[in-house]
Amino acid sequence: MEGSIEWLLWLLTMVSVVTTVAIIAVLVSESVQFFTMEGHPEISPWSFLTGTVWSPLLGARPEFGVLPLVTGTVLVTAIAGLVAMPIGLLTAVYLSEYASAKTRTCLKTVLEILAGVPTVVYGFFALTFITPYLLQPLSESFGTYNAMGAGIAVGIMILPIVCSLSEDSLRAVPQSLRDGAYALGSTKFDVTAKVVVPAGLSGVIAAFLLALTRAIGETMIVALAAGGLAQLTANPSQQVQTMTAYMVQIFLGDAPANGIEYRSSYAVAMTLFAITFAMTGTGAIVLKRYREEYE
Amino acid sequence: MTIGHTIPIARRLRHDRLMLAACLAATTLAIAVLSALLISIFVQGFSSLDWHFLSSFASRKAANAGILAPLMGSLWVCTICGMVAIPVGIATAIYLEEYARRSRLRSLIQLNISNLSGVPSIVYGILALAAFGRCFGAISSDDPWTLGSPDSVFFVQFPFGRSVLAGGLTLALVILPIMIIAAQEALRAVPVSLRQAALALGSTKWQVVWKVTLPSALPTMMTGAILSMSRAIGEAAPLLVIGGVLLLFSVPDNLMSDFTVLPLQIYNWAGRPQDDFHRIAAAAIIVQLVLLLGFNSVAIVIRQKLQRPLQS
Repeated sequence: MEGSIEWLLWLLTMVSVVTTVAIIAVLVSESVQFFTMEGHPEISPWSFLTGTVWSPLLGARPEFGVLPLVTGTVLVTAIAGLVAMPIGLLTAVYLSEYASAKTRTCLKTVLEILAGVPTVVYGFFALTFITPYLLQPLSESFGTYNAMGAGIAVGIMILPIVCSLSEDSLRAVPQSLRDGAYALGSTKFDVTAKVVVPAGLSGVIAAFLLALTRAIGETMIVALAAGGLAQLTANPSQQVQTMTAYMVQIFLGDAPANGIEYRSSYAVAMTLFAITFAMTGTGAIVLKRYREEYE
Repeated sequence: MTIGHTIPIARRLRHDRLMLAACLAATTLAIAVLSALLISIFVQGFSSLDWHFLSSFASRKAANAGILAPLMGSLWVCTICGMVAIPVGIATAIYLEEYARRSRLRSLIQLNISNLSGVPSIVYGILALAAFGRCFGAISSDDPWTLGSPDSVFFVQFPFGRSVLAGGLTLALVILPIMIIAAQEALRAVPVSLRQAALALGSTKWQVVWKVTLPSALPTMMTGAILSMSRAIGEAAPLLVIGGVLLLFSVPDNLMSDFTVLPLQIYNWAGRPQDDFHRIAAAAIIVQLVLLLGFNSVAIVIRQKLQRPLQS
């Protein structure tokens, strides 16, 4: 009885291990099929990773250079980070250092609601509010679909992650450190900016990394609001296509199954998986190696 | 450490006030964003929300369209997802916290779980398409293996194709890492003294887990479970990969039925250019948010009612 239960628990634990192995196996085998497809000798991992034109569905000869999709993703993620990191960190500082217990509970509820909102809702918000009412009045260059609107919406989506994880790590800084700094004649600003934030920095950076990873993998917002044109641009008023948005386009049935376009989505997925896996790994290392331990 | 003794006190106090102002501004902005989100959706969607909307199927005309199929689809998929992810998540947490020895293997599994929680949900969709949708190509969908009769709710055939069962299992994979981490934290919060007392009375390891640790950790675990489920009910991307967006005119009646879910229906309507469809998308979002609010309130009630403080 005891032994069989332990064995059963072990078996269920292996589900998560098998999931990782299966994800990697599927992505690798399908990507290999993409790179070795007959009739397309021009496609190689090198041309895929360094090519600057992505036009799988248009033109006589499809081109598969993933860089426009990568820069599209990076542009949206950068905008999201610029929105979420300062606001999230300042809100976390306010929650942990300034707010009364009552205000704190109240604000935590607001953040929990924001965290629970499905991402497709943020996409809708970008399309029907951020772009027409905030961006288009500012400049006429913003189209219906643009990187800025999508980026801001992704930023709002990751704000609760930045905020609650940073706050956890700021609150974990022992009160004695603050008291010591006050005793030396510090103002609250000195205590916060020079003692508390540096002491909780590993947690804050891990929070940033986790939030940016979510932003890179975010799908529904960019599929709705960023547009569908893969282009190499840093102009946020233009439409861009991200890696995830391309996958949505393919799986929604724009391409015949088992064609070269269909297979290309697996190579894109592999790229996306590699990037996010590296980032979560880095986050875990940062948290482990640079954590300041206090009694 | 320099605390700025060379800076005049007036400037330090000004920094202090600026910091407070910046923090307040950021916090106000966060609240303003939430208000703008909720208000803009209510303004657009409230007028379309009525009984007809909840009880009708999709339609070519926005005025006649309803969300019966996606609403029932969401409930089916989430039920299946919860029935798989919650037990597997809790079992994994128990194994890692109570049974596994502190070895390299254990920390590798742990690292793997935290990495999995960062994998984009659309990638899970790709795995699910290969595993559940096609059984890795081992069984052709033209010649499926069947179990049970199509009249039964529990009718199953391999591969699962784009059925509710495939959808539920896909979401279960997505939320499993979150569920495991939540359950582990709940178990860690149970004081060691309780386990030691039970062991001292002669309990076996499993008796300790089943009769002592698990009951004390359950309220926290349930909160975690509900929060993971609220993530699942809002997921669209992985389901889009396995099934695409369907306009359905039936509700699921067995495990192999086709399905669509609320977020996918919202995506479909929001992506159309006409304002009429944006209005019904907003109405569907209101229904979705009410469902989520229901989930979260249950979590809060459980947290407050059942959580007895445990002395360590």
